[in-house]
Amino acid sequence: MSELQSAENMVSIKIDGKACQAKEGEYILNAARANDIFIPAICYLTRCSPTLACRICLVEADGKQVYACNAKVKEGMEITVNTPNILEERRAIMEVYDVNHPLQCGVCDQSGECELQNYTLELAVDSQSYAIPDTKRESANWSSVLHYDPGLCIVCERCVTVCKDMIGDAAIKTTKRGGADLDKGYKDTMPKDAYAMWNKLQKSLIAPSNGTDSTNCSDCGECVAVCPVGALVSRDFQYRSNAWDLKRIPATCAHCSSGCQIYYETKPASISDRTEKIYRVTNEFHYVSLCGAGRFGYDFENAVKGKDAEAFAKAVEAFNQAKVINFTSVITNEEALMLQTLKEQKGVKLINREARAFQIFLNFYQAASGNSLYKHDFKDVMASDFVMSVGTSLRNDNPNARYAFNNVQKLNKGAGLYFHPVGDKLVPEFGKSIECFAHQAGHEEAALLLIIDLFADHDKLPSSVKDQLNRESLINMLGGDAEKFGDAFDKMMKKKERFSLIVGEDLYFHEKAENLAKLIAVLEASSDVQVVMIPPKTNSLGVALICDLDDEAEGYTVGYNAPGDFTISALGDGDLDMPAMNQQEGTLTNMNKRVVPTNAAVEYHGYELNDIVREVIGAPKLTIDWTQYLPEAKGFQAVAFDTLPNGYHNDGSENRGYALQITTSEVGEIEVAKFDESISLEGQIAYRCNPQRQFNDFSDKAHQIFEAFALYASPAKAETLGKRVVVEFDNGNLELDVVVDERMEGDIVAIPDFKSAYNIYELFGASRYQKVIIREV
Amino acid sequence: MGLEQFKDRRVGTQNYKKLDLDHAPNCGWCQFKQVVSRTFKPELFVGLWVTFREMINALFRGQMHTTQYPLEKLPISPRYRAIHDMLRLLESGHYRCIGCGLCEKICISNCIAMETRYDENQRKEVSEYTINFGRCIFCGYCAEVCPELAIVHGQRYETASEQRASFSLFEDMLTPIDKLNLQKEYDGFGAVSPNADENIKKTPLAY
Repeated sequence: MSELQSAENMVSIKIDGKACQAKEGEYILNAARANDIFIPAICYLTRCSPTLACRICLVEADGKQVYACNAKVKEGMEITVNTPNILEERRAIMEVYDVNHPLQCGVCDQSGECELQNYTLELAVDSQSYAIPDTKRESANWSSVLHYDPGLCIVCERCVTVCKDMIGDAAIKTTKRGGADLDKGYKDTMPKDAYAMWNKLQKSLIAPSNGTDSTNCSDCGECVAVCPVGALVSRDFQYRSNAWDLKRIPATCAHCSSGCQIYYETKPASISDRTEKIYRVTNEFHYVSLCGAGRFGYDFENAVKGKDAEAFAKAVEAFNQAKVINFTSVITNEEALMLQTLKEQKGVKLINREARAFQIFLNFYQAASGNSLYKHDFKDVMASDFVMSVGTSLRNDNPNARYAFNNVQKLNKGAGLYFHPVGDKLVPEFGKSIECFAHQAGHEEAALLLIIDLFADHDKLPSSVKDQLNRESLINMLGGDAEKFGDAFDKMMKKKERFSLIVGEDLYFHEKAENLAKLIAVLEASSDVQVVMIPPKTNSLGVALICDLDDEAEGYTVGYNAPGDFTISALGDGDLDMPAMNQQEGTLTNMNKRVVPTNAAVEYHGYELNDIVREVIGAPKLTIDWTQYLPEAKGFQAVAFDTLPNGYHNDGSENRGYALQITTSEVGEIEVAKFDESISLEGQIAYRCNPQRQFNDFSDKAHQIFEAFALYASPAKAETLGKRVVVEFDNGNLELDVVVDERMEGDIVAIPDFKSAYNIYELFGASRYQKVIIREV
Repeated sequence: MGLEQFKDRRVGTQNYKKLDLDHAPNCGWCQFKQVVSRTFKPELFVGLWVTFREMINALFRGQMHTTQYPLEKLPISPRYRAIHDMLRLLESGHYRCIGCGLCEKICISNCIAMETRYDENQRKEVSEYTINFGRCIFCGYCAEVCPELAIVHGQRYETASEQRASFSLFEDMLTPIDKLNLQKEYDGFGAVSPNADENIKKTPLAY
């Protein structure tokens, strides 16, 4: 945990007579949870703003009734969870929730993990004192994944809250129910809070916020996860299984570099086929939010009947004569270590484009700053109140970076600066104090210089930077209005204390990567802006730390989930099959610099990389036997895989794997090169960027993820392009369908890289932006 | 526990009464005389007459007392737990099972399995249902837990078959649709108690 638990920011409180320590300014509910004390609550979500819809978290603090979810702790506060009056209120509230709630637990998907069931039993509701005419409520499908049954909805608004405060789509809102008015007599006879809560409940339901019948969102399914009842369910999972039949396997999502903790939930595929199958993915939604790929892209396993000894012998042969191993970042640390060991012993070259660019960038950063790795993580970003983003398409690259950016706006009354050449309609909607700069591709240095100018202590700046700081010209260069921005910025800076900067893949794939890394080091050294980086792909950080990657290589190539003369693949299309990420154990290094374990959810009968490596150079029995040999010099620890935890503590702190050690060394003054504004692309520009919910071949393989491999363009641009186009690069052509991305703006088009077979990295080369010619076919 | 009670070996006062039995015959002739006198008594013919009379009654007067198993079976207690029946709704003929999975969960020999899905009528459909009768111990928990009185124990106690799978599919246990009028409510485990009406608390669903 980065938050210092020093004596200064802790207060002492008493809950039901038990002395507790709590963070200053924390809500009573969270303080109680952190101290393992139970206060009933339905509508509150940790990391989101209190909704005050359910009112059952009522407690007595210093003799006054308050809601535990929005009352903050004070030094010496004495809290009583249950008083006779509060118990009466809670009981009445639960009775109200049960009024007209359909008695269809037998077919409801939430049965067994339903909070309405749980609290009805917890508060021993065995009779009903209230009644009201029911309203006809029709269930509906909101999108390809969402099914809403308003009959079951208790309007706790958790879905609305999480969509607004965490996800940022704000795709759903409360709407009018048109229910009957409460009987006037209840006002005098009912407990006060229960009446108020019922009055509100009876008037509202949930609906898509765009006024239509379907949601316009990123289909992350987080609303499904947070729904305490069976009102919001995934269409694919509906009526497929009961919660208690599913086996939960704690794992790590392997689609992007967030490395979120997830549970694969499995049970036998059918009566005749007893092999385990993943039915859904769930998460600890109080502490981690998933994206659509994580939640719905789970069935990418490689179903292999048995061991193909013939193909295996060929694979060993191929590895023996391999000059080059080409691989992607969807790989565990252990496998990366195997490949590195192969390199050390057999002298093969390792090619991994995305991780190599990141590795080079990290090396530049290390040389300039002296830190072995960026010091902060996305928890720090969420705790900040002024967040900036440079060089990443926030909506597409990494969902958790986007959630953090949005969360800061909503929860910390934050402000934000978003620098990106591709215009985005969603980011400005995250909050009121967000300034977006749609600068020219290649002008990322100007963005960093502006940030340095705005936040750095100018006395600490090296002269090579100081000379370049001309705020007005920088703002103009970035496409802003210097005068307007000045006023806006003053407003944004009011009452701001903690600043953070997210940097992304555009900077690693950049001609001036070295200079950009230096500028980041300068910013860190001269200001208190906390910088975090988004590793380009799943385990790019782990690969960058473990492997000595090569730039160019020629000769006989073995491809691991990537093209080669001989391919081993977890996609089922290679010469030898490999287990996919949901079929193997191992660790991943995520963007929060944690080494997190993942477990096998689906069985696998074929050969693993470890088997090949054993034949070629010798290896331990299991893949996870490599875990303790991960390089300690790079910050890994010599711990066995089986000792690594994978969960969260009650106070929300991460109890997953371990954090990488970061070493710091002394460095001299940083010499930054002069920013050359003439370097910018003219004409039609293509941006290498995946659609939301697509990250790699594996997300594409999942049956609920259908975003196409196509050219994505803003609505206006798409109109000029036609339906299908040929995109001409300097070194090749691509023929793609044109798909409209409603949330894109501007002329730049996005070309995805999630299918490794298309070799998109080769087409784009060392930059994420490329000049192209687009013709209609 | 002490061992005192085992160490007390006084068995109690003996009070046996000896029966006044005849002396056993002690020569070959005596034994022959005893056999003849016991065999040819008038009671033999009384017995033969009874048999003859019943034969006449059964054959000519239609007063048969023998159960013609397997053509004919005696009724068994409603609480008997034999091969399961799946009942239908009398009104619609649709099967009662809603696929809640409680029988699957409660089954202590873990022999019930089901598959459910979201069907075209937006209902939960039971697409597959089987009971593994190789494992079923006929405890009756499934019938007891069933909220819809859908799965009950039937009266088919002959479980000899070429394979037990012959009983195990949903269709085999389901009341045939043409025999719906013969479907009987089950009185055994899980049935509604005779005084159920008295136990129901009124809920204020006045609307």
